[in-house]
Amino acid sequence: MKNSAGNPEAPVFGVAAEFQCARDLYHAAEKIRDAGFRRWDVFSPFPIHGMDEAMGMKRSLLGKIVFLGGLTGFLTAVTLEFGPTSFLYPLIVAGKPTNLFTVPAFFPIMFELTILISAFTAVFGMLIMNGLPRLNHALFNWDRFKKVTEDKFFVAIEAGDPKFSERSVRDFLESLGGTNITTIHGD
Amino acid sequence: MASAAMEIPHSTFHIPHFFQAMSEATATIEEKVTDEEKAVVRPPLVLNKRTMGWISSYISSIVEDKTPRWWWVSMGVTVPMTLMCLSMLAYLISTGVGVWGNNHPVGWAWDITNFVFWIGIGHAGTLISAILFLTRQKWRTSINRAAEAMTLFAVVCAGIYPALHVGRVWMAWFLAPVPNANGIWQNFRSPLLWDVFAVSTYFTVSVLFWYTGLIPDLATIRDRCTSKIKKFVYGVMALGWRGGNRQWRHYEKAYLILAGLSTPLVLSVHSVVSFDFATSVIPGWHTTIFPPYFVAGAIFGGFAMVLTIMIPACAIYKPLHDLVTINHVDKMCKIILLTGSIVGYAYLMELFIAWYGGNPYERAAFWYRAFGSYWWAYWAMMFCNVVAPQLFWFKFFRTHLVWVWIIVQFPNMGMWFERFVIIATTLSRDFAPSAWGMFHPTWVDICTFVGTFGLFTTLFLIFIRFLPMICMFEVKAVLPEADPHHGEAHH
Repeated sequence: MKNSAGNPEAPVFGVAAEFQCARDLYHAAEKIRDAGFRRWDVFSPFPIHGMDEAMGMKRSLLGKIVFLGGLTGFLTAVTLEFGPTSFLYPLIVAGKPTNLFTVPAFFPIMFELTILISAFTAVFGMLIMNGLPRLNHALFNWDRFKKVTEDKFFVAIEAGDPKFSERSVRDFLESLGGTNITTIHGD
Repeated sequence: MASAAMEIPHSTFHIPHFFQAMSEATATIEEKVTDEEKAVVRPPLVLNKRTMGWISSYISSIVEDKTPRWWWVSMGVTVPMTLMCLSMLAYLISTGVGVWGNNHPVGWAWDITNFVFWIGIGHAGTLISAILFLTRQKWRTSINRAAEAMTLFAVVCAGIYPALHVGRVWMAWFLAPVPNANGIWQNFRSPLLWDVFAVSTYFTVSVLFWYTGLIPDLATIRDRCTSKIKKFVYGVMALGWRGGNRQWRHYEKAYLILAGLSTPLVLSVHSVVSFDFATSVIPGWHTTIFPPYFVAGAIFGGFAMVLTIMIPACAIYKPLHDLVTINHVDKMCKIILLTGSIVGYAYLMELFIAWYGGNPYERAAFWYRAFGSYWWAYWAMMFCNVVAPQLFWFKFFRTHLVWVWIIVQFPNMGMWFERFVIIATTLSRDFAPSAWGMFHPTWVDICTFVGTFGLFTTLFLIFIRFLPMICMFEVKAVLPEADPHHGEAHH
């Protein structure tokens, strides 16, 4: 008996299997990694400690991107403060200079804008790297997948993987101890 | 759980290497030994062995079930208070800022007092969500969501005052970094402009942090929803979250970065607020101790507010006591005791420097604070902030919820008095006696302030009705079975 979800006429998105606990998912991930698959993912209700290594993934690039965001914020503040104070509208207040020596009084705004743009970069960078926001996804066609945000764990190997073949992936996931092995179709 | 075990820090949560080595050594003798050791090393953060499924169902049920009667009753009180606040603001805008009691010489009166009071309350939320995250204090997971929400709502209440006290609100855009109607640019070296940037950044980053934390939990509610409208609304809010590890890795990184950004941010916000005072040359304000003293006071008052709202929330939703345990309350009381003592030290140091510094104006300002016409506010502040929290040295007072709730009302009041003392006593005595005067609040002052409590509570009630008030995915992650090596004797 072959389980499938989504529109059977539509192209296959991949094959997914269910696991009952974080430990089983972790070990399944190690084996899928060692089998050489590339387009696959594990799904869990919470981030699992050490899963990046188990999947053979490097550190997220987000940190470097946020650095650029912070730099943008800092330079924005420098321009915003020196532009008007030193050039557009020089005004001597409380005997403070308007040239470079006034920089201590500029620190708070430089700091705040660095933080502000970094935070925006972190959140929107994370969303873009995750392919979010999106309204639908082939995996949502599978009813059991709803449990991924509750207490169940899943693996999905995508049809786009060079080593993918429905038959062998189903057998492979079964050999890893996956249950409810299901072929997921698109809409 | 033995009290001795509770004292052991939770830094051992992810079984450290020494413990793994230990379990390897003992596992060959008997499995049981390691289990007992585990129980001693890390007391469970979630009581009664609650499962992941239970956490999802219970927290979501608060949002999914029929609106309880107490919610309507509470809203019946807080919504009229909110409307009172809004009508007071409408009255102020339509009539003029003179409807408040601010007048020469006390030009910053209740408005700035209330601004600093509310913004300070927000700080505990960010402390819990950011600083305790970076220091790996896993117990924070069950309180961070509600505390962050509290931060946002407190900042909303705070924002009202500086925006409205400018008098002609329609001119508030003069604060934005664009040349104003007369072609004049802002003075970027003014602490008041720093404040605009600090508070708006603080609010924005707090919203981003809070929403980022909500995404996986909104997905949980989306996946449980039965009605089509709810499914659509929560579905859109969850942004299509699927919980794949390829998402989690960026997500965790983003969360860590946000925590890292928020930590200096929260310390900077109240420092910048204190610069509003400290960079002036007014006796009683012109002190370098202000930034750390304001930050400590903010955390002190903020934790008091967290307990003020979390204790009743857990009393209403009793099973939450398995997540927000007495251990949490105990820890928060200790933080209140610590920060309250720092604040007390700052008060005494101010007095000492006023005497030791030899500036006659400074000395007169502090003499006036303690023994002048506002003596009652000064001693109320001293009692509420320094004396009352000392009860938290006793475990009895830290672990009995009714007592905790009563005692934390003192910091709540005391921190308001502190800001009032700093602002009103200093301004009411100018350098020349001809410029002396007292501040008297008007009924509009009082109704606006009382109204902000209504606004704060209304927003909080809406929050607990429509959003998960406990961070479900993080609580699941601190369960023992979330460890990918759970139950493995050898690794």
